[in-house]
Amino acid sequence: MTSLLELHNLTKAFFGIAAVKDVSLSINAGETLGLIGQNGAGKSTLVNIVGGVVHSDSGHMTLSEQPYTPRIPADAQHAGVAFIHQELNLFTNLTIAENIFISNFPRMGVLRTIDRAKIKALTGELLASVGLDIPSDTYVERISPGERQLVEIAKALYQDASLIIFDEPTTSLTARETERLFAIMGQLRAQGKAIVYISHILGDVQKLSDQIAVMRDGELVACEPASALTIKRMISLMVGRSIEQLYPKRTTSPTTDPLLTAKNISASGIVEDISFTLHKGEVLGLFGLMGSGRTELARMIFGADQFESGEIVVEGELVRKPSPRSSIHNKIAFVTENRREEGLLMSIDIANNISLVSLPEFARSMLQVIDQRQMFDSARETANTLQLKSGDIRQQPVKSLSGGNQQKVVIAKWLLSRPSIFIMDEPTRGIDVGAKYEIYTIIDRLAAEGSGVLIISSELEELIGMCDRILVMSRGEIYGEFTREQFQDERILRAAFREQDLPMMSVHDGQAKRD
Amino acid sequence: MSILDDRLSSAHALSQRQATKPRSGSPIRRAIQDFLLSDYFVLYLTLFFFITAAIFFPSLRNPGNIANQLQNMWPLLAVAIGQTFVLILGGIDLSVGATMGITSVVGAIVMAQTLDPSFFDRSPLWGTLMRPEGGVLAGSEWAVPVGVVVMLVTGTLIGFLNGYAITRFNLAPFMVTLVTSTFFAAFALWLTQSRNISGLPEAFLNLGKGDILSIYLGPKLTSDIARRDILSFITYPFVISVGLAFISQFLLSRTVFGRQMFSIGTNRRASEISGVPGKSVITRVYMFSGFCAAVASIMYSGRIGFGQPSLGGGNLLLDVIGAAVIGGTSLFGGKGSVRGTFFGVAFFVLLSNILNAMQLSPFVIDAVKGVIILLAALIDITRTRLINREQRV
Repeated sequence: MTSLLELHNLTKAFFGIAAVKDVSLSINAGETLGLIGQNGAGKSTLVNIVGGVVHSDSGHMTLSEQPYTPRIPADAQHAGVAFIHQELNLFTNLTIAENIFISNFPRMGVLRTIDRAKIKALTGELLASVGLDIPSDTYVERISPGERQLVEIAKALYQDASLIIFDEPTTSLTARETERLFAIMGQLRAQGKAIVYISHILGDVQKLSDQIAVMRDGELVACEPASALTIKRMISLMVGRSIEQLYPKRTTSPTTDPLLTAKNISASGIVEDISFTLHKGEVLGLFGLMGSGRTELARMIFGADQFESGEIVVEGELVRKPSPRSSIHNKIAFVTENRREEGLLMSIDIANNISLVSLPEFARSMLQVIDQRQMFDSARETANTLQLKSGDIRQQPVKSLSGGNQQKVVIAKWLLSRPSIFIMDEPTRGIDVGAKYEIYTIIDRLAAEGSGVLIISSELEELIGMCDRILVMSRGEIYGEFTREQFQDERILRAAFREQDLPMMSVHDGQAKRD
Repeated sequence: MSILDDRLSSAHALSQRQATKPRSGSPIRRAIQDFLLSDYFVLYLTLFFFITAAIFFPSLRNPGNIANQLQNMWPLLAVAIGQTFVLILGGIDLSVGATMGITSVVGAIVMAQTLDPSFFDRSPLWGTLMRPEGGVLAGSEWAVPVGVVVMLVTGTLIGFLNGYAITRFNLAPFMVTLVTSTFFAAFALWLTQSRNISGLPEAFLNLGKGDILSIYLGPKLTSDIARRDILSFITYPFVISVGLAFISQFLLSRTVFGRQMFSIGTNRRASEISGVPGKSVITRVYMFSGFCAAVASIMYSGRIGFGQPSLGGGNLLLDVIGAAVIGGTSLFGGKGSVRGTFFGVAFFVLLSNILNAMQLSPFVIDAVKGVIILLAALIDITRTRLINREQRV
């Protein structure tokens, strides 16, 4: 076997903090390399260097034994390196075919017009090879995240990539889509493509990879055959020591004082007749499959979206017209599921991101002049509480942080406003084991201090690990409720899929009949 | 909990490593990058151009010319500051020129001391607000203060109209302000039947050109000094514009309003979820832009000595947006400063001055200005890319 890509002593620093330190690695054709590490360990930076997105400060690379120095992503593409990003890079306003051929449309005739017929035929073949049965002229905005991923792969195939990098490809996929993706990755590998697979789901990495490279604090700490690594050992390599448990022990039990009550919340086609109560000191989980309405419900409760009927009562007071501002006034925090779009001001410094919600609190006098020192001190204190890894918080823009640290900034922003109700939508999405543990610890502490926490997650295991009670949503309704002693993943999953006779749950038949 | 301790110590170790700051590229390349990224880049560029040009065109070095150029800067600075605010928000205000025209006319209607019937008898206001004896408050000691306040209120109201239409109906800012611009430009012409209104009180003219501190560089012992030999240095417009600049910079960098502007310009959805009152901030920014246009209108009207319906016409809008963009304000929102705009205005005024000194035709001058703005936009993109490369994408 020959080495396809070799990395020699790559180093890269941002704001004086080394993101990648002296990493040497090689990948063979027809092999899958799993790349794991905590957030901020340098995985993304490393593959970004390979993809031509960032430039290393020192070190060099070879591709098929030729020197390889991609200056821009297009260089990498021409050299046969394809990148399937966590956030997909398709033009949603174009069709599948147009997306695949965007950088190189087949032409015909004297006028060099686009050869639509050829595109259609080629796209059909490509889509078939990734097992996607959708007309090639479908607009990308109309297909699901999983299908979009397959389109990205088809695009990589068209560009005849010899190395395909997958960065957290399964975060927005359903279980079935994930299975299909893995099958296709297996085919690609059999065709002799080299694959780099980055994921936090260690079981998947172990199943898919030939070799597994572990990074920690920018350094490559291990690169071993997958068969030689257990998940436990992977975790201890990532964290730098062995950890016994993934979830902290909950320190307190919930009270029975209601904090937030939703009564009969409905919005046609989205959620139907939702009622529940969140108590002081309680961690309440909201589980559901994609499209079950869980995120939409959270947004309505916070006031980011409107609902048609129903009531929200916070600490005994009816909220007239929920809006983000009224919710913040009522001490509700909302960690959104997509931190780039709705959580952060990516190009602005960390301190100003952290202080955004609480800005009015730092205002002095009629003119609303900000007490800068107090603002920075508070921001720094909150950042320290959450162990944020960063340079100067007044200088460093949020976009230069790793995903986990970005999430900490979002949480810090809300912590600073001292809320009593936390709504967290996928609080640990795309976050590594260590950072997850820290976030769970924060959640436990919030509950211990008397706050109520509503966690929305598609990772059932984390809800079982952290919650006092779990509500299951399915097709816009609450379809089941489980208390801690009833926690059993199979039962909860069956409720989510509506494949269960439901002994103790309030079942609403209206929706069920429709399907 | 020991995991947390572990991580804390590694974070500490990382922060200690910050002292060494590796950067990409050769020393020369790095120096060029630093220069391009400097806040004072435009100022250096302006001084470089001017000094180079002054070698070839002695008229530029004339103290009278320099004093005159300074006076050209102040009204432009006022209106460009308002535009900077709007651009930081991610919007654009195309109505500043028309706002200046209509406020100039409205102010003159309040203050004019005589009105020529042969000019204005066809105006819709003739016989009511406009009479042969002058405007509404002709001759009154309140004419100037009321006139100024009316002008400022008019400008602010037009801004409110823009902001309200944009936030209430979710219309595109360029569309709304283009419509208000067309409407008020036409309205000003209709009110005056396309005539300038002269006969403004002396006290008002002072706001446009009155000296506070002047310099005389001629021979000593001359008893009567010709007016043209006295070089205005600190004038009322200087005080007004610089005052406005300081207040604006303070608003921008030190107040909740300023931070919220930047946050909306960067990401409106995230800002609103974080409780930033988006609609209110946006409306206030457009009001501020209208206010700044009115301030500029006061200075221009006082300087030329009459109410002019076409005051903000021609290429003023290009100068205003160009000055802001050259000063580093991004057309995509979230980035900009009053200091940068100040440099941008200086750049534009001196550029016009140089082009005039070269005795080029007005057509060539406008063409060159257009090219310069394009170059400025290109430099802005290059700067942004360099910054991004420094910070990772």
